[in-house]
Amino acid sequence: MGSDKIEKILEKYFEATATEAEERTLKNYFLEGDIAPHLEQYAPMFTYFSEAKEERFTRQVPLNTRSRYYKWISVAAVALVAFGIYFGTEYQQKRALERQEAEIAYQETKKALDLLATNFGKGTQKMAYLNEFETTKQKIYNKN
Amino acid sequence: MTQSEFLNVVMPFKDKLYRLAKRLLVSSEEAEDATQEILMKLWAKNKMMESYKNVEAFAMTMTKNFCLDRLKSKQSSNLKLVHSNYSDDSSSLQTQVEAKDSVSWVEKIMEELPEQQKMVLQLRDIEEYDFDEIAELLEMKPTAVRVALSRARKTVREKLLQKHRYGIR
Repeated sequence: MGSDKIEKILEKYFEATATEAEERTLKNYFLEGDIAPHLEQYAPMFTYFSEAKEERFTRQVPLNTRSRYYKWISVAAVALVAFGIYFGTEYQQKRALERQEAEIAYQETKKALDLLATNFGKGTQKMAYLNEFETTKQKIYNKN
Repeated sequence: MTQSEFLNVVMPFKDKLYRLAKRLLVSSEEAEDATQEILMKLWAKNKMMESYKNVEAFAMTMTKNFCLDRLKSKQSSNLKLVHSNYSDDSSSLQTQVEAKDSVSWVEKIMEELPEQQKMVLQLRDIEEYDFDEIAELLEMKPTAVRVALSRARKTVREKLLQKHRYGIR
């Protein structure tokens, strides 16, 4: 292709009015290497553009769905521990209260039983009089 | 959509996403991170993906928005230059070095362009999208695309000529 035609396309290229086909011919002209000396200065642009297209994204992207799953497991574990602590202390308090109540009930029963025992003691004392009565009765029987 | 189906859809354009990300973020590390992020976002939406008429365009727009957000947050946190890909592929031949030099100049010149011009130039001259697609991807008017493209190309030309003449004049 003649360099004057390329020059015309170049002009349009810099005004960004060239068609896509014209830009393609321009690129091909500069990449094929047979460039007119006065146009050489533009070559680095087109060389760079074609080189830049060769760059690749090489990193492996981790696309595991499991990561989300693990996240929720840890959330559940934390929630569980929090619940455990909350309800655990509540349970402990309840236990302590129960123990106190049991203690009070024990003391009360003990008191009641003590009362009963002293009353029984009084009963047996009275029974001792009866016993006296019995011995005298025996004495009387023996005399006769 | 299964994982392999997803990869089949994504494979053809994942490099384009990466190149656009790298054009905007400059650092290849960051561009890789961004691309990975975008692909994972797409994967998270894979149930809806069948309803998108053009997954590639959608992904490109996502990449664009993601990178611009990253740039914005980076600017506000004062972390501007963090790329470390100063590779040193030394070639023995002087001519090769010279040729490579002026080619890599283009890359450096492109780094200095405003974001919008970078993207337009990337999509048109490197990825060879047509004008309508670019307008759609970048959510711009077709005329605005052409204006930005013309400005970008002219800047690259001017700066390239300056570099060439440097030392001569």
